Amino acid sequence: MIVLSINGQDTQADVPDDMPLLWVLRDVLGLNGTKFGCGMAQCGACTVHLDGQAIRSCVLPVAGAVGKKITTIEGIGDTDIGKRVQQAWLGIEVAQCGYCQTGQIMSAVALLAQKPSPTDADIDAAMSGNLCRCGTYVRIRAAIKQAATGQATLPQTIA
Amino acid sequence: MMLRVDHVPDEVELENPARRELIKRGGLVVAFMALGGGSRVWGYADHGPVPAGAPEFAPNAFIRVGRDGSVQLVMPSIEMGQGAYTGQATLLAEELDVGLDQITVEHAPPNRKLYANPLLGEQATGGSTTIRYCWKTLRDAGAAARYMLVTAAAQRWKVDAGQCTASRGVVTHTASGRSLPYGELVDAAWNVPPPDKAPLKDPKDFQLIGKPLRRVDTPGKVDGSLPFGIDIRVPGMKVATVQASPTFGGKLASVDDARALSIPGVLKVVKLDNAVAVIGEHFWAAKKGLEALVITWDRGANGAFTTEQLFKDMANASEHGTPIVAREVGNVGNVKGKVIAATYQLPMLAHATMEPLNTTVHVRPDACEIWVGTQVPARCVDVAVKVTGLPAERIQVHNQYMGGGFGRRLFEDSVEQAVAIAKQVDYPVKVIWTREEDIAQDRYRPAYYDRIAATVDDKGRPQAWTDRTTGASVMAVFAPPGMGKNGLDPDLVECAAEIPYEVPNLRVEWVRHDMPAGVPVGWWRGVGPVHNVFVVESFIDELAHAAGKDPAAYRRDLLGEHPRAHAVLDLALEKSGWGKAALGARQGRGIALAAPFGSYLCVVVDVAVSPQGEVSLLRAVAAVDCGTVVNPNTVEAQVQGGLVFGWSAALYSGITLKNGAVEQRNFNDYRVLRLNQTPPIEVHLVPSQESPGGIGETGTVMAMPALTNAIFAATGVRLRTLPIDVTALVQNKDALKAAVTEATPASPHVSVTPGQLGRLA
Repeated sequence: MIVLSINGQDTQADVPDDMPLLWVLRDVLGLNGTKFGCGMAQCGACTVHLDGQAIRSCVLPVAGAVGKKITTIEGIGDTDIGKRVQQAWLGIEVAQCGYCQTGQIMSAVALLAQKPSPTDADIDAAMSGNLCRCGTYVRIRAAIKQAATGQATLPQTIA
Repeated sequence: MMLRVDHVPDEVELENPARRELIKRGGLVVAFMALGGGSRVWGYADHGPVPAGAPEFAPNAFIRVGRDGSVQLVMPSIEMGQGAYTGQATLLAEELDVGLDQITVEHAPPNRKLYANPLLGEQATGGSTTIRYCWKTLRDAGAAARYMLVTAAAQRWKVDAGQCTASRGVVTHTASGRSLPYGELVDAAWNVPPPDKAPLKDPKDFQLIGKPLRRVDTPGKVDGSLPFGIDIRVPGMKVATVQASPTFGGKLASVDDARALSIPGVLKVVKLDNAVAVIGEHFWAAKKGLEALVITWDRGANGAFTTEQLFKDMANASEHGTPIVAREVGNVGNVKGKVIAATYQLPMLAHATMEPLNTTVHVRPDACEIWVGTQVPARCVDVAVKVTGLPAERIQVHNQYMGGGFGRRLFEDSVEQAVAIAKQVDYPVKVIWTREEDIAQDRYRPAYYDRIAATVDDKGRPQAWTDRTTGASVMAVFAPPGMGKNGLDPDLVECAAEIPYEVPNLRVEWVRHDMPAGVPVGWWRGVGPVHNVFVVESFIDELAHAAGKDPAAYRRDLLGEHPRAHAVLDLALEKSGWGKAALGARQGRGIALAAPFGSYLCVVVDVAVSPQGEVSLLRAVAAVDCGTVVNPNTVEAQVQGGLVFGWSAALYSGITLKNGAVEQRNFNDYRVLRLNQTPPIEVHLVPSQESPGGIGETGTVMAMPALTNAIFAATGVRLRTLPIDVTALVQNKDALKAAVTEATPASPHVSVTPGQLGRLA
């Protein structure tokens, strides 16, 4: 039995040490907002925070998360930056199918926590590990800037 | 040289307007029409009202108004990201006179009678048909419901219904100021006879249609609460993962499961004819179990098949096979002059939806329940009937939000497999494919080998045009009755048989060359047009350059009487600054123009190509006329996303076969575009009162030729084979080395990406 700190709560799980955190969250604890996309840290759909750092939970053995603060999409709205990012995502209307977006949001929050006013290059570096097959990248970039500045920086046809 | 043509077409067949119409509608539409018996009227009689006395007002299959005033709208199409739920809810809500903030949407259950897409003749979502098929019928459904609610209020007040108005779910009698919310009219509205036809709003009175309203499905997509199929959890459920024969057409010979069964959490190993699955307490146990199996496959007849062989066979078929003529105008054989000819090759493609395929199934002795995100809910019932032997009324399918579809979920193979697995246990099982299984067991967009030629006059204008495509038919597998009487699959020539350019003599034909038995093919975003527009728009660009003309001006000269095509061309040129600012060295601007899915688009792309051949997208401008726009937000998103999807395929994606199996495994070798590679994309709409055209697949169709035409402008290299081989674009193979040498000593701590090096060099 291990104890995990998830979204501010200690949670027990009876799982093997080598089980990736992703599957502990999804299949054992029922936190389904974190998604499975590739299983090899290629797509970022499984992104969560470990002590504030964005990590790919599909390749992190759960033992490596013990004693650290895990934040998932279910808890990110409780932080100021998380709330701002989620509101920007809604305001810019980023999501299409939406499957990758929880991971995108987790990467974006981690970026803004480190760099409150990210440049385009910062956004490239922080977000290039999160794939989106619907191709929402233009709006992801715009939403990150909106979350950072409070203003939409990209001219939108819909504006 | 001119293409040699062996088959003389039947003139009567070619002149048959019905056949021409089928070609224009597009292959996927034809496929389903053939299944469903054509375009029957989607009448109220089919809408299946819930009986009076129910706790809600349900005048048709799409609208439920509760006594508490809640409004539920049932969505006949499915939501895989393309915005169908928002579009369809907007049409219903507009005429029902409720706000999108006042409604909830529900997945439709499988029911062909109530929810078939009349353009497709099947309960299916695809072919960019959603708004096209429901534009009028869903507004009719909303208007009929509003009529009944308003009439009920007028009767209660004993006033003329014409003196009452409705807005945001409330009926008001203007003269007296009395008002009643819909919820209080539920019982009375049941007693109002439904109208044969309720009047629709004048477009100038639209409150919702045409406005960039928020999507109805996004709040749950940003807080993680919206469930996709893969998120389903039912009591007692276990989780399975599966591997099918890597070689197409292969069978399971034997499996040693001793080690797998010793892994904690592994419950059972299930053998199927061509696959083996491991069921566990959770996905991790199932996956470890699968990896621990020692499987022996009977590789079958395709054990030595390769992509090289496929293209060799297609080239041979193109040269020596018997073509089926799809369209012939004039006589291409009589035209003399300079001939320009080219051969284009397109690869097999996988869909790689972000959400891997999954199905949750509970098979009981007397019933079967399925939770799955599918583009074809009724077909899922069909396969469950086939596998379980239960009658259709004992099969329940709960459709789910989809993490991408792109045509993959038009195929129910994974559902059939999941039912077969679940049939062997008495508890519910969620079967999740790994990404590797998703790539290796897709229903692939077929490869194509196309030879195209033009005979040009002294101004470089084509006087004869021949386009011979060679490749497999998806329709022959998916909907055999959809094949034309002469064996033509209209999908193969969609946007090739009908081009926007005036060419006096034209012949477009197809040589059918199916994949070896067992290699599965499928519909892929953009279907026929994504293949043909690449070839046609690349080749038109070749003709323009051969004529020494500006590619945009050349296209305009050939357009003739196509005002909508002219309008998108002009708008794209204006917004992109075509021909104005000079671009840098090895930068280029490319254009593509086409009319796929009943819409008109012109896309201009700017690229830079590094000395090492690395392609960077700098900017894209799209001009779009998709007729009446229901939601400009959705149109913009679909064009932006569609472009990214198409560029991904052009730059990186290709499925190759070796020893009869797919070589690619995951996103590391089936690459797709990332955020840092995506340019700013502007979408400009041409205002239009025309009927809505399709939009979901259009960006993907335009992406590839606009990109390769831009690369030609930057480098002078014409790319006729996809995905793009960057080695063909290398200007200086030592540039990278030189840049590294130069950059390293001066700035040892600076991390330099290859892309930056390209710009440095």
